[in-house]
Amino acid sequence: MGKKKREVPELNSSSTADISFILLIFFLTTTSMDTDKGLARRLPPPPEDKDLDAETEIKERNVLQVRINAMDELMIGGDYAEVSEIRARAKEFIDNPENLANLPDKVAKEIDFFGTVYITDKHVISLQSDRGTSYDKYFAVQNELVAAYNELRDELAKRKFHKPYTQCSEDEQLAIRTYYPQKISEAEPKNYAK
Amino acid sequence: MSKFGKGEKRGMPALNTSSLPDLIFTILFFFMIVTTMREVTLKVEFKVPKGTEIEKMTKKSLISYIYVGKPTREFRAQRGSSSQIQLNDKFVDNLIQVQEYIYQERDAMKEIDKPFMKVSLKVDKETRMGIVTDIKQELRKAWALNLNYSADSRN
Repeated sequence: MGKKKREVPELNSSSTADISFILLIFFLTTTSMDTDKGLARRLPPPPEDKDLDAETEIKERNVLQVRINAMDELMIGGDYAEVSEIRARAKEFIDNPENLANLPDKVAKEIDFFGTVYITDKHVISLQSDRGTSYDKYFAVQNELVAAYNELRDELAKRKFHKPYTQCSEDEQLAIRTYYPQKISEAEPKNYAK
Repeated sequence: MSKFGKGEKRGMPALNTSSLPDLIFTILFFFMIVTTMREVTLKVEFKVPKGTEIEKMTKKSLISYIYVGKPTREFRAQRGSSSQIQLNDKFVDNLIQVQEYIYQERDAMKEIDKPFMKVSLKVDKETRMGIVTDIKQELRKAWALNLNYSADSRN
């Protein structure tokens, strides 16, 4: 009788590569490795009546007015300025190195690592924009203001701890943050151009 | 008589491709793992501004997104070409929806995560600030105070 050897035929797997290629391309195209990046800010809590009273108490020397109008023109304090000037102006305002009378007054405060220091605790940078201001300009200004704080903190960290701010320990960072507290107030919007 | 290479055929040996599928599979798995499919289809176009003081945002589960920009081409007929706000898959007609959206998102979070809720504003560069301030006021009312202006880093 016909006795044959019955072998299992081998599966042709030459197309596996093609199939996995198709899958690979699918995932390649749908993938979005967008790590979210951005400028982190904190909004003030909703307005209440007592907040209004507190606002009026701030002395004029403690406020730096930054205004952007509908034409994207920038004003710091009382005069026109460019975006590139903000950083230096803001740094001078926050730090008040020479203790000038028209810049924020310094208050004695005790901070870890530093002991008792005189810092401009009550300063406020008030950023006001118009409804017609472009978001790009607004963002650029915000970015510069945050940059001013970051630079000051970094300089302080290098002076005191001899390393950049980001490499300081949690406690050291907290001390530096207390030394230069970030106070950017985003004032209620105004509609100048109608 | 020389010992070496006489009368041997000098053809190119065929490359062994049997490990190719495995290789491709490895890459495939890599992409399968890192891939995060966008849950929402974007109905607005936006190009975020560039900045230098950019921080990376961690913990995706804490973040809610608000998109602002001009409607994409297929929606331009019904929505016009002025800036629109998009939440999830819908355009916003009334600003009160922003608050509702925040409440919904917050309800979906775990109790311990709620204070750390963050809102990422993905806003087009060309947008006027009016619409952005409106959103900010709504966010304040909803007590969603941790804000992030989405941006690309500039060198």
